[in-house]
Amino acid sequence: MSQSTVASQTEYNYKVVRQFAIMTVIWGIVGMGAGVFIAAQLYWPALNFDIPWLTYSRLRPLHTNAVIFAFGTSALFATSYYVVQRTCQTRLFMDKLAAFTFWGWQLVIVLAAITLPLGFTSGKEYAELEWPIDILITVVWVAYAVVFFGTLIKRKVSHIYVANWFYGGFIITVAVLHIVNSMAVPVSLTKSYSIYAGAVDAMVQWWYGHNAVGFLLTAGFLGMMYYFVPKQAGRPVYSYRLSVVHFWALVSLYIWAGPHHLHYTALPDWTQSLGMVMSVILFVPSWGGMINGIMTLSGAWHKLRNDPILRFLVVSLSFYGMSTFEGPMMAIKSVNALSHYTDWTVGHVHSGALGWVAMVSIGATYHLIPNLFGQTRMYSTKLINTHFWLHTVGVVLYIVAMWISGVMQGLMWRAVNSDGTLMYSFVQSLEASYPFYFMRFVGGVFIVVGMFLMLYNVLKTVTAEKGVLQAEAQPA
Amino acid sequence: MTTFWSIWVIVLTLACLALCFGLLVWNMKNYVGVEEGESCGHEFDGIEEINNPLPKWWTIMFFATFVWAVVYLIAYPGMGNWEGLFKWTSSNQGITTLAESKQATIDNQAAGKRVQLDQEIAKADERFGPVFQQFAKQDIIELAKNEEALEIGQRLFAQNCSQCHGSDARGGLGFPNLTDKDWLYGGTPADIKKSLMDGRVAVGMAAWGAALGEEGVDHVAAYVLSLSGRTVNQKDAESGKAKFAMCAACHGVDGKGNTAMGAPNLTDNIWLYGGSQRAVKESITNGRAGVMPAWKDILGEDKVHILTAYVYSLSQDK
Repeated sequence: MSQSTVASQTEYNYKVVRQFAIMTVIWGIVGMGAGVFIAAQLYWPALNFDIPWLTYSRLRPLHTNAVIFAFGTSALFATSYYVVQRTCQTRLFMDKLAAFTFWGWQLVIVLAAITLPLGFTSGKEYAELEWPIDILITVVWVAYAVVFFGTLIKRKVSHIYVANWFYGGFIITVAVLHIVNSMAVPVSLTKSYSIYAGAVDAMVQWWYGHNAVGFLLTAGFLGMMYYFVPKQAGRPVYSYRLSVVHFWALVSLYIWAGPHHLHYTALPDWTQSLGMVMSVILFVPSWGGMINGIMTLSGAWHKLRNDPILRFLVVSLSFYGMSTFEGPMMAIKSVNALSHYTDWTVGHVHSGALGWVAMVSIGATYHLIPNLFGQTRMYSTKLINTHFWLHTVGVVLYIVAMWISGVMQGLMWRAVNSDGTLMYSFVQSLEASYPFYFMRFVGGVFIVVGMFLMLYNVLKTVTAEKGVLQAEAQPA
Repeated sequence: MTTFWSIWVIVLTLACLALCFGLLVWNMKNYVGVEEGESCGHEFDGIEEINNPLPKWWTIMFFATFVWAVVYLIAYPGMGNWEGLFKWTSSNQGITTLAESKQATIDNQAAGKRVQLDQEIAKADERFGPVFQQFAKQDIIELAKNEEALEIGQRLFAQNCSQCHGSDARGGLGFPNLTDKDWLYGGTPADIKKSLMDGRVAVGMAAWGAALGEEGVDHVAAYVLSLSGRTVNQKDAESGKAKFAMCAACHGVDGKGNTAMGAPNLTDNIWLYGGSQRAVKESITNGRAGVMPAWKDILGEDKVHILTAYVYSLSQDK
């Protein structure tokens, strides 16, 4: 992969990839740091210091927006721009428009970081930003689509590589989701009201919400996986036909799954069961992606011993498999009756977000940085290894804590006395959750410490003299 | 849902499932043009793809979910207006009143529908009903000394009453304290049970601000406070006493209130809406009105009976 680096520096547009790659690391620290802070607030409520814009209610959407749209989406921008160029053997379409997507997206993030703590919100989960920012997002996203598909059109190879199917699917669907769900009537510059009402509004919101997970946090990152796993392992993709089935099945089934967020609500029964049925089938194509990624390592398993980057990528696939089993299970109505509104949901989201999305992004970024900055390897492989263990231990602490407290909450809320009255008050279930809130906070600290090591490692690599970092001799 | 939208949903659902099914069957065959296990022949930035078959266990799992999905969608609602073989619904849909709800339960039972909410309520009544029935015939004053009944009553109170009256039943601004001897609508077991069963809608304290004028309100407030032994401007109070006649219609000449209309006793220094001079003036100027909801339809008489005993016990000397 390194032999073509010098030539490709001029052939490909790496500037925008470098910018997004560096911001991925920085927004990762900001977003995950905000997460650790609000996790601490749940254990030590005094940490809001009685300042309105430091309250949990305002920082929680800041955290989710920062990790999904700042960290995760920057990683998607960086890798999609890199992958589409390299697998199409052509330079990015319209350099200036690509530069606009970088600066436009950073502006969206900064505006989010200002408006959310100030309390400006549309009240829709993962779509809190108010209408002027929504319009900016739309403009940037359309520009992204033009750059990406423009590059695909002028490709110099006949086929379109599977990674680009996923990136393309993600870009189109996120545009549709964002525009439909954000339709609102503005009443002032900072306030608007959804054009939908009641159960329809809730359904549109969760059609958006679940597909933000399905397309942004899954399809996009599967695109990432399909390039960086075979590349880092130096192995061919396991099965072309498996990728055909699981791509089309994944994109056609995901779009139905939203109603499982609204089980046992005012949503009509038929909508709830249909959402549940599609969610359960979805389990199989999801695992198709995991199988294809993990089996790509056939014949290269020994590389896991010395290559922590590959370890990041493979463990991310394990978490992907785990959370895509857990998700369909939680979508079954009788399981959902126990899990809904508890910390189990929070744990599930984070096994996907920290285990799958963050780990595959971190692995891909460690692969990218040396290639983008004219090096053969990262400054320190040892630090990557330390980061890997910090992150893995952190994720496990986090999700185990949430499993225990989530299932416990679900059981406590439904426990009844011999007279049919509830056995526990809400506060009692909250008290019982406290130790696990602390455990979750500790897990978060592990993860953020790992991210700081990454930042140090990246800075050292970026600032090193070109070509100094040569491949280390493999230990026997 | 209209027939059009019902067909729309059914067609889309079946088309999506058929597409995925067809996709799976199509990819079980080797159509790539190279032997299985060989590279497909294209290469992207050094990445090749192998023409490996779909894992068998995975394929079987996929078929199994299709079978399950079709069976589920036949048995349960999902495909548009198809109500499912089991005729299952989560609750009575489209109702807006309690009467409609009761009627819907009867209608749905006659139509052979399984309404989950109704079934769950029936099951709960069957299991927990006897617990309440055994106390329902006992005298409330006796019941107020029964530890087991009080424990149940306390739990019912925590779940249904504490939101307004507080978990210690000491109330709050606008919500009466239930642990003292001051009762707006009477404190006998029968009075309390009536308050719980049917609720109470206050006749309401009229707004006297316009009639009395600012000075008049000051004077009446001074007199009212003096009734509870508070130190006030005597001259104001004297002047207020003369105007109190219009208050006496509800609160009585002596200001001791009237439980028949929920008019509070003004002489016991217990103030539902605050006892500061400012709060009393506010009450006189703008009036007050409170509502206690009726619980007979939500809890049923047997539970209200135990709850009455619990509330009654709160104000009894132990």
